[in-house]
Amino acid sequence: MPTLFGTPLRRKEDPRLITGHATYTDDIRLPGMLYAAILRSPHAHARIRSVDASEAVRAPGVVRVYTGRDLEGRLGPIPTAWLVPDADLKTPPHPALASERVRYAGDGVAMVVAESRAAARDALERIRVDYEPLPAVVDAEKAMEPGAPLVHEEVPGNLVLHWRAGNGAEAAERAIAQAEVVVRRRLRNQRLIPTAMEPRAAVAQYNPATGELTLWLTSQNPHIHRVLLSGALGVPEQKLRVVAPEVGGGFGSKIPFYPDEALVAFAARDLGRPVKWTEERSENCRATTHGRDHVQEVVLAGTRDGRITALRVRAVANLGAYLSTAAPGVPTILFGLITSGPYAIPHIDVEVFGVLTHTTPVEAYRGAGRPEATYLLERLVDLYAREIGMDPAELRRRNFIPAHRFPYETPTGLTYDSGNYERALEKALEALDYDGLRKEQEEARKRGRFLGIGLSSYVEICGLGPSKVAGAVGFQGGLWESAVVRVHPTGKVNVYIGSSPHGQGEETTFAQVVADELGVPVEDVEIVHGDTAQTPMGWGTYGSRTTPVGSGALALAARRVAEKARKIAAHMLEAAPEDLDFRDGAFQVRGVPERKATIQQVALQAYLAWNLPEGMEPALEASAFYDPSNFVYPFGTHVAVVEVEPATGQVKLLRYVAVDDPGRVINPLIVDGQVHGGVVQGIGQALWEGAVYDENGQLLTGSMMDYALPRAGFLPPIETYRTETPSPVNPLGVKGVGETGTIASTPAVVNAVMDALAPFGIDHLEMPLTPEKIWRAVREAEARKGGAAA
Amino acid sequence: MIPAAFDYARASSLEEALRLLREAGPEAKLLAGGQSLLPMMKLRLAEPPLLVDIGGLAELSGIRLEANELAIAALTPHAELAGSAQVAEAFPLLARAAAGIGDLQVRNLGTIGGNLVHADPGSDLPAVVLALEGRIVLRGPAGERVVPAEAFFLGPLTTAIEPGEILTEVRFPLLEGRTGTAYVKHPHPASGYAVVGVAAVARLAPDGRVEEARLGVTGVGLHAYRARAAEAALRGRRPDASAIEEAVAHATDGVEVNGDLYASEEFRAHLCRHHMAQALREAVAAAA
Repeated sequence: MPTLFGTPLRRKEDPRLITGHATYTDDIRLPGMLYAAILRSPHAHARIRSVDASEAVRAPGVVRVYTGRDLEGRLGPIPTAWLVPDADLKTPPHPALASERVRYAGDGVAMVVAESRAAARDALERIRVDYEPLPAVVDAEKAMEPGAPLVHEEVPGNLVLHWRAGNGAEAAERAIAQAEVVVRRRLRNQRLIPTAMEPRAAVAQYNPATGELTLWLTSQNPHIHRVLLSGALGVPEQKLRVVAPEVGGGFGSKIPFYPDEALVAFAARDLGRPVKWTEERSENCRATTHGRDHVQEVVLAGTRDGRITALRVRAVANLGAYLSTAAPGVPTILFGLITSGPYAIPHIDVEVFGVLTHTTPVEAYRGAGRPEATYLLERLVDLYAREIGMDPAELRRRNFIPAHRFPYETPTGLTYDSGNYERALEKALEALDYDGLRKEQEEARKRGRFLGIGLSSYVEICGLGPSKVAGAVGFQGGLWESAVVRVHPTGKVNVYIGSSPHGQGEETTFAQVVADELGVPVEDVEIVHGDTAQTPMGWGTYGSRTTPVGSGALALAARRVAEKARKIAAHMLEAAPEDLDFRDGAFQVRGVPERKATIQQVALQAYLAWNLPEGMEPALEASAFYDPSNFVYPFGTHVAVVEVEPATGQVKLLRYVAVDDPGRVINPLIVDGQVHGGVVQGIGQALWEGAVYDENGQLLTGSMMDYALPRAGFLPPIETYRTETPSPVNPLGVKGVGETGTIASTPAVVNAVMDALAPFGIDHLEMPLTPEKIWRAVREAEARKGGAAA
Repeated sequence: MIPAAFDYARASSLEEALRLLREAGPEAKLLAGGQSLLPMMKLRLAEPPLLVDIGGLAELSGIRLEANELAIAALTPHAELAGSAQVAEAFPLLARAAAGIGDLQVRNLGTIGGNLVHADPGSDLPAVVLALEGRIVLRGPAGERVVPAEAFFLGPLTTAIEPGEILTEVRFPLLEGRTGTAYVKHPHPASGYAVVGVAAVARLAPDGRVEEARLGVTGVGLHAYRARAAEAALRGRRPDASAIEEAVAHATDGVEVNGDLYASEEFRAHLCRHHMAQALREAVAAAA
């Protein structure tokens, strides 16, 4: 059988994307289309005394202005769809437009619909809103204090969830009390702005005669959007079509169901004309969900000889002003359960407080919970290594779950499918020439140059996931995937998938899988996705799940097609099905190679149906629904090498080595690309990115002039390596690789900078590690030591 | 991302542009490369009722080498400054500073005239123009006047240009003797503007002492400035480590140092001293 599996094919989707022939939501233009613009609150917290839109309504080109009052009883509240159990979860209502109170700077107050984008934008300035500003709280810990301003009056203490995980708080407490070494830290995992290249957009069209509504949307999960929109809008699901055309990145920020798209759909139906809304970049900073934002009190206990005995985590997660669609699951299920990381830790105790503040809602952001867990664990492991004077690589080696203990059950209740953590670590150390580099570092220090080497070993929960687990953890949906594989009369193939890739390259990856299973050229396979009218149900692209779960469905469907084709071929060749070999795209009678039928010949016969086996249905297609039996757990070790210039605080990245084990690799080129992108975003968190609010709730980093994203020139070449430990859970042995880079790279870089600063006695600084922070820390350290270290 | 409504007029000559400006009044804006003005209009931080487009005027284009100066016309884009052999030969620091502005698209469209007139406190070119003692040529209804760089930059987004005037060119006196130059910058990681940018010109006497040092600083104060006290401290001295250290101690004398989210006043002043020392070392090395 020809094998495309493992071949670095160039992406099929790229020619259209890089030559301007792709259709994004904002490219859609419909006859008679209107344009919407949304008025957003400038205040983080205020009572709305009145909204006067009379002047805006009379402005040139304006068709309609909607305020919160106009929607009451007509457009349902925006739902939260991950109802984490045993967490005392509160889900305060989220109106599509605020009518009584605004709760963050960016909260929608009114929507203008006009004949042009410019007219809609101009009219926003003619709406008079009388606000009574109220005290705001932006810091989650302050929001928990008695007397703090309440974001929602029905949520006392602003506490929306309180959740625990682990195998016993008392046992962990005892282990900590009895430990030879205890490392305690307070860590901040700062708030990030996902900043997809394409901002959000929506176009809605309603046919009053049929009652059908179509919504084109920048979505990672059009089927979920359809279900939620159907509820909020009262349009029955069979009349509702959601299309995610080309989507220019999401990183989690295009998972949620936002007020804006509900408003666009509502207006299109109300006005009987198509309506388009496209977010501006400054809106994207304020009104599209943010990520991370934890304060963590963490304790790691261990022995003098480097055995971890217990971990305790108390995290306060800032969830913003409203609970976004999947928000409750991120700092709980996706964070707390993975705190064991790649280590065998006897006792784990995790406690999470989810808190509302007057800030933009916080959602999943590439990695979603797992970067926050990996960061705290990898920082603690390095601090522990420094405390006992052990090499950080050796400390990791001593605590890894050994390869023979898989499947491994963690104290948090997960079952890791497969792994060989030490092999990935050793490969990274070898690629790096770790021992040589340590000597170089030693030499450099003597000459006043400060090199740092930072390790980060990780394990990720991905391939979300078994639906029964989804149900058990309160996710309001399934987590299976589906595929229809349709071989046409000419032998060409369309595959209709439920998942909704938006830049990850699955049109290529999936074509490789199907071409392999059916023995057809990869050019003959086209993947159709992202349109609820064309594709079967799927649960979306996030959590590194599309390749592991989607390809599971795909492989099963393709195998069913191949099975039917074998029966038809056997009938054509007058042989028994089991006497046929299927290779190079043809069924051959074993031992009589000239007696054969190609898959294309079989397809034609399947459609002609002149002479099919008795009782067989015509055509050649099959569908499959794949619900995985477990999550999959990719892992690896990343290493960053940096040089820090103490005089300016500048960090220069010298090398970056990534060893990832995503199970079997379908397309190594695409896997490298995913690792590169993820690593870069994770480095961004370590060194540059950070959303900052002032105490009144104004976002100070609300533009790309202030919010520093990584640029190509800031980065070294990324050296990617892999080990391969197939997943026993997945039909293809694949895991997932979309988020590993982001999960691993942040602590690798921070550990490297702290390693560089070790001669100054500096062992922790908060992210992002900006020049001023480093310069101040060095200066203070020198003042303490009387300048001895420099 | 949608500007407020505005009128647009394309000038076919400098005279016409002057006339259009005069007729429209002080709220009208000139459009050249548009790399600062258009983003401000899109954010509605600027809402000029009229744009007078001078982008196509040949009489405001080109680099001319004259007897003892290089005249750079207002519409010269940064990419041309960065790529011009004449500029690289006469003023390597100008080429270097221009090459570090924005990105390729910005450098292809943004112009020296627009950059200087906009006078962003973190813009690179003002520091260079100060260090090179560029003379800024302005044409107005009353004719032409020449303003020395040091009298041109008055505050954030504020210069000596009067309503109705157009910056037509900048004249740079050619460097003489054993002179070296440098431009050293700490860019903001997001905007790319100078958190601190220091342009240095150092002329050495035959015995290696500093005859003249000129230091232009951007990013640090409300506008780009000459670090006169630091210059004076170097004059007549051998440019060794201690002389440089003593000089840069005066890097921000008399300047109200900016502080922001990225760099506090204290850190920015430190960076200014650090980069000034670096620029001086490089300029001295280039002279020697």
